[in-house]
Amino acid sequence: MAITVQIPTALRRHTAGVASVACAATNLGELFSALDEKFPELKPHLRDESGQVRRFLNIYVNEEDIRFLGGPSYAFQDGDEVLLVPSIAGGAQ
Amino acid sequence: MPNHDSHCHCHYELRCRECGRRWGNQPRSICEECFSPLEIIYDYDWIRYVLGEGAIDQRQASRERISRRPANMWRYAELLPLPEQFEPRLPVGFTPLFNAPNLATRLAGNGGAASAAANLYIKNDAVCLPTLSFKDRVVAVALAQAREFGYDTVACSSTGNLANAVAAHAARLGLKAWIFIPADLEPAKILGTQIFGATVVRINGSYDQVNRLCSQIADERHWGFVNVNLRPYYSEGSKTVGFEIAEQLGWRLPDNVVVPMAGGSLITKIKKAFDELTKLGLVDEKPVKFFGAQATGCSPISTAVKTGCTEIDPQKPATIARSLAIGNPADGHYAIKAIKQSGGWSEDVSDPEVVDSIRVLAETEGIFTETAGGVTVGCAGKLYRQDRILPEETTVLCITGNGLKTTDVLAGVYELEKPITPKLAEFESYLRHSVQPVPAGDEAVAVSA
Repeated sequence: MAITVQIPTALRRHTAGVASVACAATNLGELFSALDEKFPELKPHLRDESGQVRRFLNIYVNEEDIRFLGGPSYAFQDGDEVLLVPSIAGGAQ
Repeated sequence: MPNHDSHCHCHYELRCRECGRRWGNQPRSICEECFSPLEIIYDYDWIRYVLGEGAIDQRQASRERISRRPANMWRYAELLPLPEQFEPRLPVGFTPLFNAPNLATRLAGNGGAASAAANLYIKNDAVCLPTLSFKDRVVAVALAQAREFGYDTVACSSTGNLANAVAAHAARLGLKAWIFIPADLEPAKILGTQIFGATVVRINGSYDQVNRLCSQIADERHWGFVNVNLRPYYSEGSKTVGFEIAEQLGWRLPDNVVVPMAGGSLITKIKKAFDELTKLGLVDEKPVKFFGAQATGCSPISTAVKTGCTEIDPQKPATIARSLAIGNPADGHYAIKAIKQSGGWSEDVSDPEVVDSIRVLAETEGIFTETAGGVTVGCAGKLYRQDRILPEETTVLCITGNGLKTTDVLAGVYELEKPITPKLAEFESYLRHSVQPVPAGDEAVAVSA
């Protein structure tokens, strides 16, 4: 099984410019472990000191926010595309 | 290529809201260290000096200096992140703030009607120029910076009002505009964007999905996305609502403010405005309670406040209040904090309540607001009934958009009666059969005629 992770521009200086990564993670925990191993500098930018996903980091699987899919318990499917997106866009109201 | 290294000697710059790292001035909205949002910080000593003109009574001098300026949002220029030598091209803002006694009587009920009538105010951005919503304020600041950064194309994700504002301001400034919207947006808001020559891209998805797409596009293209890479500058424009409320109340702060919430930014920026005026000595320090208003069908912030949470649990929006339909609000965390720390609260209202509240505001005060305004009025009524807002407290309701843009939600509410011929006898017959009550004095005249 393989999934693809898209790295946003803001984080690519921690991935030597790599914009997309393929891995075989089956859930979010495994995905973070795989990214930690491949890009050790990335780790503190994705999770805080207590290991929680940073408040302003949104994770999408294909078109859907992973929180609507079960969050950490979601089992990745073969071919899933994972997007890491900062929580910055939005209305002014 | 945009000029990202401009204005090194400004009295403002970007700073991370969480880790505090400073980023100068550039089109950037997140901190690369901790992924948190950036905000603008200012050199308040410089602002105090410039506004006070070195006078002994700095407060009076500052107030007089501001009040001598034209009646628009640019009168607070020192408190906005504007480029040096900036010359406004549009007179945005300084919308009316006025007492709303008839609405107060309806909202507060018999017990406190008289007191509420004297203390309830409406800040009416339904008549903000040029596109009839408060979004003109934020876009005005964002596009000032877009030009400074060298962009020739600006863009946004929008639920409608922002689309209108970006398109209109871009036309005025000679910039190209790309507007990304959910495909099911109200027709009036789409037309009100296309008319300015903007390119409108309709997305089959929710506003949150449009937002996510725009974040990705902003990563790839050198466009000035007002609510992505220009967001810290853009959101500062919201402060002018707060500045104006204080000045129009006679340089004093209200006891309560009721603010509609989508992404949660406006309520935090009104708080920042009040804090800045206090810091500069332009108003006396006093506690202000902040009350957030949402539609029940998209209420992630009010739900968090009511359940005592500090974080947002995202929702899938299902409400007619589309301008507030953001299920994953970017500033939700900060909105919750502002509300709780002030001793305020957050409420939400159903879609039928939104429609009823639009009608109540129109029938009592002559203001036709869009759905977001209905949400604000409906929630204010609940807050009065819950005694969270007391009649004797000075309370300001923020009406942020115009009802002419969302007439579709009123479809079927009013029926057109059968027309009559232009004859007096037919009008008398019409009166006799009318379901409308005829005023007593007029009825006597009608009968004797």
